[in-house]
Amino acid sequence: MFADYGQILVFMLFAIAFVAIAFFVALFLAPKKPSYSKESTYECGEDTEGETWVRFNVRYYVVALIFIIFDVEVVFLFPWAVVFKELGLFAFVEMAVFLIILILGFVYVLAKGDLQWDKPQPVIPELKRQIFKVDSN
Amino acid sequence: MPDINTILFYIFAFLIVSFSFIVVFAKNIIYSAVSLFVTLFGTAALYILLRADFLAITQVMVYIGGILILLIFGIMMTTRITDSEIKTTNLSSVPAVFVSAGVFVILIIVLLTTKWNINPPVENDVTVNRIGNLLLTTYLLPFEIASVVLLIALMGAAMYARKK
Repeated sequence: MFADYGQILVFMLFAIAFVAIAFFVALFLAPKKPSYSKESTYECGEDTEGETWVRFNVRYYVVALIFIIFDVEVVFLFPWAVVFKELGLFAFVEMAVFLIILILGFVYVLAKGDLQWDKPQPVIPELKRQIFKVDSN
Repeated sequence: MPDINTILFYIFAFLIVSFSFIVVFAKNIIYSAVSLFVTLFGTAALYILLRADFLAITQVMVYIGGILILLIFGIMMTTRITDSEIKTTNLSSVPAVFVSAGVFVILIIVLLTTKWNINPPVENDVTVNRIGNLLLTTYLLPFEIASVVLLIALMGAAMYARKK
């Protein structure tokens, strides 16, 4: 098992070396003729608008929090999946109970409308009082 | 010539400590968050050196894949990024020094009084099998309680995030 992680280490080293070599070769070999259009921020050919660091909408936070919970749940699924065949139906029922309890939470969140993407509610101006009489005919 | 484990341990320990310094001292909080990635990843590597592969996977899954993302999300959503760069400031450095010194002393005491059990690491095959077996038989109740705890966390998070 331990030697398998050596492969990951080698992979990581290669990834770092690949980026570093490409970076430094470009640094030394590429001709440098900076111009306005080369230095400007690239945004798919469009002119950039506003700051790069935009403030994210708070709506994403709920989704992120719920994601964390199910992320932790997946960690429990790993050891279960490995021994599932050995333990058979027993393990299946156990995991079913585990999942049902968590799905209960998901249903709660859904029912409470926390995942509802609250859309902006524009106030449409409406005529409350008619000042001028409009002749219908 | 020290063996490969020792060399790797020192490399990863050096990475963890140096990037932890960046986490603490970086002026821009986004740099802190990104440096935290290396720290957490190095910790996962240490778990692998301790032959705890499941713990390492969990570290990558939960801490890097989840909590770090949540931290960066939090930074991106709460601070007024458009006004100025997000700077880390220390508002109460005097109490912080006392607390840190206290924690440092406690850690040193623990370090000196612990009887370190130095054994060569036991060469397990994949630990996930045994963890799965124990989790579904001996430790079934904690396993099911874990789901209830997660449920409570989910509902609590949703309640806090909800608009009043």
